[in-house]
Amino acid sequence: MSVALLLGAVLAAACVVLVALPYLREPVAERDALDEPGELERRQLELAEVRDRALGALKELEFDHRTGKVSDEDYRTLVGPLRREAAAALKALEPRAGSSARVKADRSG
Amino acid sequence: MPELGRAALVATLGLVLYAVVAGGAAAWTRRRRLAASAQNALVGAFATTLVASGVLLAALVRNDFSFVYVAQNTSRELPTGYTISAFWGGQEGSLLLWLLILTGYAATAVFLNRRRARDLIVWVVPVLGAVALFFAFLVVVVATPFAVQTAPVDGAGLNPSLQNPYMLAHPPMLYLGYVGLTVPFAFAMGALLARRTDERWIVATRRWTLVAWTALGVGQLLGAHWAYEEVGWGGYYAWDPVENAALMPWLAATAFLHSVMIQEKRGMLRVWNVLLVVLAFSLSLFGTFLTRSGILSSIHSFTESSIGPWFLGFICVVVFSSLALVFARLPLLRARTRLESLVSREATFLYNNLLLIALTLTILWGVAYPILHEAVVGESRIVGAGYYNFFLRVFGLPLLLLMGIGPLVAWRRASLRSLGVTFAWPAGLALLAGAVLLALGAGSSIPGLVAYTFSAFVLGSIALEFVRGTRARRALAGGSWPGAFSALVARNRRRYGGYVVHAAIVMLAIGVAGSSAYDTVGEGKLVRGESLAVGDYRLTYRALDEREAANATELRAVLDVERGGEPLGTVAAGKNAYTAERQVSNEVGIRSDLVTGEDLFVIAEQVNPDGSVYLRVFVKPLVNVIWLAGLVFLLGALITLWPDAREQRRLAVRYGDARAPTSA
Repeated sequence: MSVALLLGAVLAAACVVLVALPYLREPVAERDALDEPGELERRQLELAEVRDRALGALKELEFDHRTGKVSDEDYRTLVGPLRREAAAALKALEPRAGSSARVKADRSG
Repeated sequence: MPELGRAALVATLGLVLYAVVAGGAAAWTRRRRLAASAQNALVGAFATTLVASGVLLAALVRNDFSFVYVAQNTSRELPTGYTISAFWGGQEGSLLLWLLILTGYAATAVFLNRRRARDLIVWVVPVLGAVALFFAFLVVVVATPFAVQTAPVDGAGLNPSLQNPYMLAHPPMLYLGYVGLTVPFAFAMGALLARRTDERWIVATRRWTLVAWTALGVGQLLGAHWAYEEVGWGGYYAWDPVENAALMPWLAATAFLHSVMIQEKRGMLRVWNVLLVVLAFSLSLFGTFLTRSGILSSIHSFTESSIGPWFLGFICVVVFSSLALVFARLPLLRARTRLESLVSREATFLYNNLLLIALTLTILWGVAYPILHEAVVGESRIVGAGYYNFFLRVFGLPLLLLMGIGPLVAWRRASLRSLGVTFAWPAGLALLAGAVLLALGAGSSIPGLVAYTFSAFVLGSIALEFVRGTRARRALAGGSWPGAFSALVARNRRRYGGYVVHAAIVMLAIGVAGSSAYDTVGEGKLVRGESLAVGDYRLTYRALDEREAANATELRAVLDVERGGEPLGTVAAGKNAYTAERQVSNEVGIRSDLVTGEDLFVIAEQVNPDGSVYLRVFVKPLVNVIWLAGLVFLLGALITLWPDAREQRRLAVRYGDARAPTSA
């Protein structure tokens, strides 16, 4: 048997072990379903993105106003809607009692 | 050990096939262990491709001519550096490099995002696997680097034009860029397949896109410098289809990097961004197809090429299947906000995108037209530099101007009064620069003058942004000016790193305009002792030197150089006759003035048996600013890419919140 052939066989065996590893580690899985985010979690992610976008925009607006890129007049026009947008997203993301169980139930499907 | 190389590549093929089939099944049936198994297959595919690459590299270094690839691309006299670079000097090796980088990227991208984007990753794995499957199929079935033969005494050697230090880095950099665009493509497709069109695919791929884009940009500049030094025609970019092949995906990725900011900041352009990712990836495949299929020589060589038809088929599958997927998911990609004003930062980004894509498609047409004409009519056609230069001016000059306008305009909307205040300084500087340059005689080239005026405007606006930002930062947090400056950059690396990249593009524009619009050319036949005057320079032919190098005979005409009567030393230009390759190459002489950025560029077109030489001489103002722009570009990209702990915390909070209890 040549060295190349031996190394090739070792390589093939290593590949098989690597691919089979999740099944070797957990031959019998109690739960084999993928962690599926539910509708509630998707909505929360969407709200978190809206919140971050609004907060980021507010921060940027403040900085641009400070540097003189945004005039006082433009600042007054823009800041109100951005604050309301951020506040609405923050309020929607506020925790409430019992919602933890809903998220868990929602994720498990 | 060709058997080991072949076995490793067969293992790669099996693993990526498994990643596609098992990964697809796991995503479809939502099975956790099967999904993890498919991910492991991608990691394993990288390991096996690494083994195959190691076998080829060892064969190259050992001059093992029983490998057909080694015999075709190296010789015993070839210096070791170029022997290693022969890895990507031929078709089979370069395809193996594609596969190696792709599986490496795939394994890393999947590993890094396995937790945050778990529901996307299950779909990303089969997409990455499918792309890898195509390249694994090519190197196993169609163009294997492990074909063997009875070893000849010596190899055929490496193409002399590839025997240049820049060739050690230029192709790998381009490949890092081409292949890197697979990652954003796979995540975009994964997000669509998973019906998860939130921003996570963008967050997950932003850095990958930047890395690929930086590598493509640096790779192109290295290639331009190689062409300048090695090809010996007096320029650095000839609008050659192979050069355009790298430029097109870079332009599309540039458009994506800008438009993705509109999606992040405003939630807009979601369909457009996915389409840009598809375009950039398809163009990267098209670029590889152009360079590897033989289609640029002729349609005839394409049909005879082993990989050409496969490549064309794969590109068609990628384009049509991704467009069909985007179309099927259109309802999920609807924007939730609208453009508030045509005078806003997002609007300037949109204009920038339209110009970039117009330029990309124009170049694509210039590349595709001769191929299509030959295929349909049967006659070859050439699209010359005039076509490309025209559209570069039409789309490139407004793009240059937009680089200065964009940073000065606020997001959402800007009033005329604000614009008047912010534009005053840069516009004044630009007008002043234009007037001074006109007085100095730069009006001999109107596009050159416009480019310089716009460049002054952009540099003015960038400088203003840094000054105002530093001042505001200092007013806010106190401290020294340098401290405020570094805090400013550190707190918003993407913005200020981006400005540094803009400054690099301006430098590039200055260098290109200077060296192409204001260059001087002279030529003539000289015998020893005779002189030639070009611009302010005088060259006197002193001697003809001959030297035996490791794998070539080097012939050089040595010329004394004077400028304004002051001696500046010598410059040597000539030819190399390569023994094993039986080819002759032009070796240019370059004398750089690092203070003015000017080059004296000498080509010995003919070295006659009587000792006389026919010289072609260029004086290229500001050409060195182009290479300096490359360093500034890299600096800007690194600033942008540098990890930002604040951003990581913000993202951790965002994705943590999404899993925390909240109201419905």
